[in-house]
Amino acid sequence: MKILVCISKAPDTTAKIAFTNNNTEFDTNGVQFIVNPYDEWYALVRGLELKEQHGGSVTVLNVGAADNDPIIRKALAIGADEAVRIDVNPTDALQAAKEISTYAKEQGYDLVLLGKETIDYNGSQIGAMVAELMDLPYVSLATKLDMNGTTATVSRDIQGGTEVVELSTPAVISAAKGMAEARIPNMRGIMAARTKPLNVVAASGASTATTISSYELPPAKGDCHYIDADNVGELIELLHNEAKVI
Amino acid sequence: MSILIYANTANGKIHKSALEAVAYGSRIAKDMGTNATAIVVGECDNADSLGEFGATKVLHANDAKFNSFDPSVYTKAVTAAVEAEGADVIIFSHDFTGKAIAPRVAARLDAGLVSGAVDYPKIDNGFTVKKAVFSGKAFANITINTDKKVVSLLPNSVDKDPVGGTANVETFSPEVGPASLTVKEIIKESTDLPLTEAEKVVSAGRGLKGPENWGMVEDLAKALGAATACSRPVSDMDWRPHHEHVGQTGVAIRPNLYIAIGISGAIQHLAGVNQSKTIVVINNDAEAPFFKSANYGIVGDAFEVVPKLLEAAKAFNAANN
Repeated sequence: MKILVCISKAPDTTAKIAFTNNNTEFDTNGVQFIVNPYDEWYALVRGLELKEQHGGSVTVLNVGAADNDPIIRKALAIGADEAVRIDVNPTDALQAAKEISTYAKEQGYDLVLLGKETIDYNGSQIGAMVAELMDLPYVSLATKLDMNGTTATVSRDIQGGTEVVELSTPAVISAAKGMAEARIPNMRGIMAARTKPLNVVAASGASTATTISSYELPPAKGDCHYIDADNVGELIELLHNEAKVI
Repeated sequence: MSILIYANTANGKIHKSALEAVAYGSRIAKDMGTNATAIVVGECDNADSLGEFGATKVLHANDAKFNSFDPSVYTKAVTAAVEAEGADVIIFSHDFTGKAIAPRVAARLDAGLVSGAVDYPKIDNGFTVKKAVFSGKAFANITINTDKKVVSLLPNSVDKDPVGGTANVETFSPEVGPASLTVKEIIKESTDLPLTEAEKVVSAGRGLKGPENWGMVEDLAKALGAATACSRPVSDMDWRPHHEHVGQTGVAIRPNLYIAIGISGAIQHLAGVNQSKTIVVINNDAEAPFFKSANYGIVGDAFEVVPKLLEAAKAFNAANN
């Protein structure tokens, strides 16, 4: 089974978010970048587990510039066999999805896995776009994925419950919490990652559809109104009369 | 030119988030001097109710092939409606269904998509939509540059008051091709109130010391008509189910009321909840960072404060019902 796992670079979850250039650019100064957690913890690890069960290979794919190589090496250290970087810094999801699908169409993957969203732009867009551009079945927000030959059995979150669906590969699946447990790379993996192939391929020149005009930080909350622990009835009254939420 | 809104259903009825999407789309239609058409895919016996929220026409694709939610099939149905209506702006709700099909529709139309919009688009100079980014730590104003524009609206972001009106419901029979998947089983959640749709949420963390202490949290949630949630350590230790984990790597929510009990307020947790309209923090540590993001705070032992709060909530209910 040939598995492709798309990984995105994202700021570390503890990163302080600030903007420069008149609030038009994300300030990367002092920000540490990681593999987007949904891509790494769930999509990549489940891909590796499926390979361990059924044989095959796991390729990680990133669309980005050369400064993404460290996070790509991390995915190799966790256990991916090889990596591909499409050499362009994408500025929107449609552009990245077009680059991924143009490349993946040529390679004949059985499964394309990725996280349900990135923790920077939170778009939840790329998986569904790749599926559409490759004309493949797609399951979003999957919490469980099992393979039996060319049949994938997938559990996905839906409104008010979980749905179990069956589909034939090739398919695109976006992974949510529950699909796998995060793996920490060991020293052997880290050493092996240095020599695993990281192929850089030229971008196809896909166009973008959106631009970010500006960023803003959320307005600060007002000072916290403290209520005495012996008089909690006041809280109910404030929630009713002042906040008007009950 | 017109606005097309995909109106999601649940159990054969228009879903609450669809009313908000239709209200949003019809307001944009009004601003752009055009009409709002809604499309309903699958069984639905109250499609005409969308008229009250501003749709002037409802296309209803009601056929056995739409009985299960197949993103590929639904995408083709919505895209066919875009063509039939000559729609330029297509609106979804950013919920489970919208996340599965809005990007497919955008890719099919080669259109820009803003997912998780939190406000109406600014249309005086281009088409710019605000959305939360960096897991709620900031907002971005994103301009869609393509002729066709797709927006998915984050639930609970705009008013959904009925504007009054009626809609003609027309049967719509798009060509959608074969099914791409088969639904084998649907497992309903035990809770009646999915977390992402709840207007009130009571959440608790490690401060509760063990899963056996969640009874008072559930009782308080019940008294307030709220859903229950938890912090990441709590779901990692299996004290509570994973689907209750709110935060940056769990579920992001924005209820009207979020009550956090025994949660310190790590940045990753805040990212998933800080867009809640009103935040109440109950913690025995006066230095807990969560108080900085709270509207109301009680410094005290959860095991003393929560039972008292439960009594006060019950008394409030008794006095107001």
